Amino acid sequence: MTNAASASISAEEFHAPGPSIFDLPPVFEIGSLGVTKPMLQLVIAAVVVFGFLYAASKSRAMVPGKLQFAGEGAYGFVRNSVARDIIGSHDFQKFVPYLVTLFFFILVNNLFASIPFFQFPTFSRAGMAYALAGMSWLIYNGVGIAKHGPLGYLKLQSVPSGVSPAMYPLLVPLEFFSNILVRPVTLALRLFCNMFAGHILLVLFATGGLYLIEHVGGVGYVAGPLAWILAILVSFLEILVQFLQAYVFVLLNAMYIQGALADEH
Amino acid sequence: MKTLLILAAAEGEEHNPLVPLWEEVAISLVVFGLLFFAIWKFVAPNFEKTFTERTAAIEGGLAAAETKQAEADAKLAELEAQLADARHEAARIREEAREQGAAIIAEMREQAQTEAARIVEHGKTQIEAERQQAVTSLRAEVGTLATSLAGRIVGESLDDDARQSRVVERFLAELEAN
Repeated sequence: MTNAASASISAEEFHAPGPSIFDLPPVFEIGSLGVTKPMLQLVIAAVVVFGFLYAASKSRAMVPGKLQFAGEGAYGFVRNSVARDIIGSHDFQKFVPYLVTLFFFILVNNLFASIPFFQFPTFSRAGMAYALAGMSWLIYNGVGIAKHGPLGYLKLQSVPSGVSPAMYPLLVPLEFFSNILVRPVTLALRLFCNMFAGHILLVLFATGGLYLIEHVGGVGYVAGPLAWILAILVSFLEILVQFLQAYVFVLLNAMYIQGALADEH
Repeated sequence: MKTLLILAAAEGEEHNPLVPLWEEVAISLVVFGLLFFAIWKFVAPNFEKTFTERTAAIEGGLAAAETKQAEADAKLAELEAQLADARHEAARIREEAREQGAAIIAEMREQAQTEAARIVEHGKTQIEAERQQAVTSLRAEVGTLATSLAGRIVGESLDDDARQSRVVERFLAELEAN
């Protein structure tokens, strides 16, 4: 084995995919703003969600056709089993458009991770998850303050009822911390980390399998395809996770809004 | 492999994935906002209207069916009342007819009895008259016979009518006295 050969092998050493795989180069640039793939995906998701729901809703037939039935099912799922069941039939109506938008926007963006040619989860970009979580934080706090006033709302979220005042010094900061400060962080990180980890796992299986076949040989010819089969199985798991993350995000939004609207808890 | 090499080269200046890029935050909010507006403005009202109309249509159908049912029930009750009236009327007429029949029969019987009594009376009278006649004629016959018989026996002529009749009367009176 010559020096050149050993050098070429060391150059081919396997690099596990890291956080850098999420830093995509801009597809095109508008002025100084580089438009990246996840940004385009946001726009495409918005167009797809609106196109589907609008097409399904506009015929307004008493006996729905297939498209309208599918649209009503999708809209009714968020409207009835998330908004109405959690917020309650008295107040839920004005939050339905927000929750529907949130659910389908996140769902389609998550599904992009598994759709060929996109294959990138939009919310694996932390900024995008932060944006939605921050918005959720503003909305549920805003709703609560509008209903109870700033002090009333702060009392509602921080002072637990049915607890002796002796415990207040301990509990009030804890409640404030968990209800006001932690919620947006967990919302954002839950979504972001699931998408980030899922994608990195898939890339690892795919590139690792390729490396095993191309550069290891022998055992690699068995282990490489096995890794690809695992990648396919993990893909199915990921589709479930993508749906669940969208659902959980919307569910928690509805619960936070309900908590902010509650009279006493 | 080429990509991996590029990525490996870029690893030195890699940015922390937890640190957001401001343009990504901004574009997310803008796109979400636009989508929310579109759904709030164009999609949700359509669906809500459809749901409301459908509920109304179903409830309207139910209400119409209930009205029809009530009408039918009223009609049925009315017809049943009419039927009962008719039955009652028929029974009344039957009863009346029976009463009338009985009255007619009673009247007829009475008439017949009267007639029968009249006929019996008439017969009696006739028989009495005929008997009277027979008695009268018999009395004349018996008188004549007895007179001629007595004349013949005593040899005394009793041709004189006045005397003859006086004797017969006396004789009969004696008979009746016995």
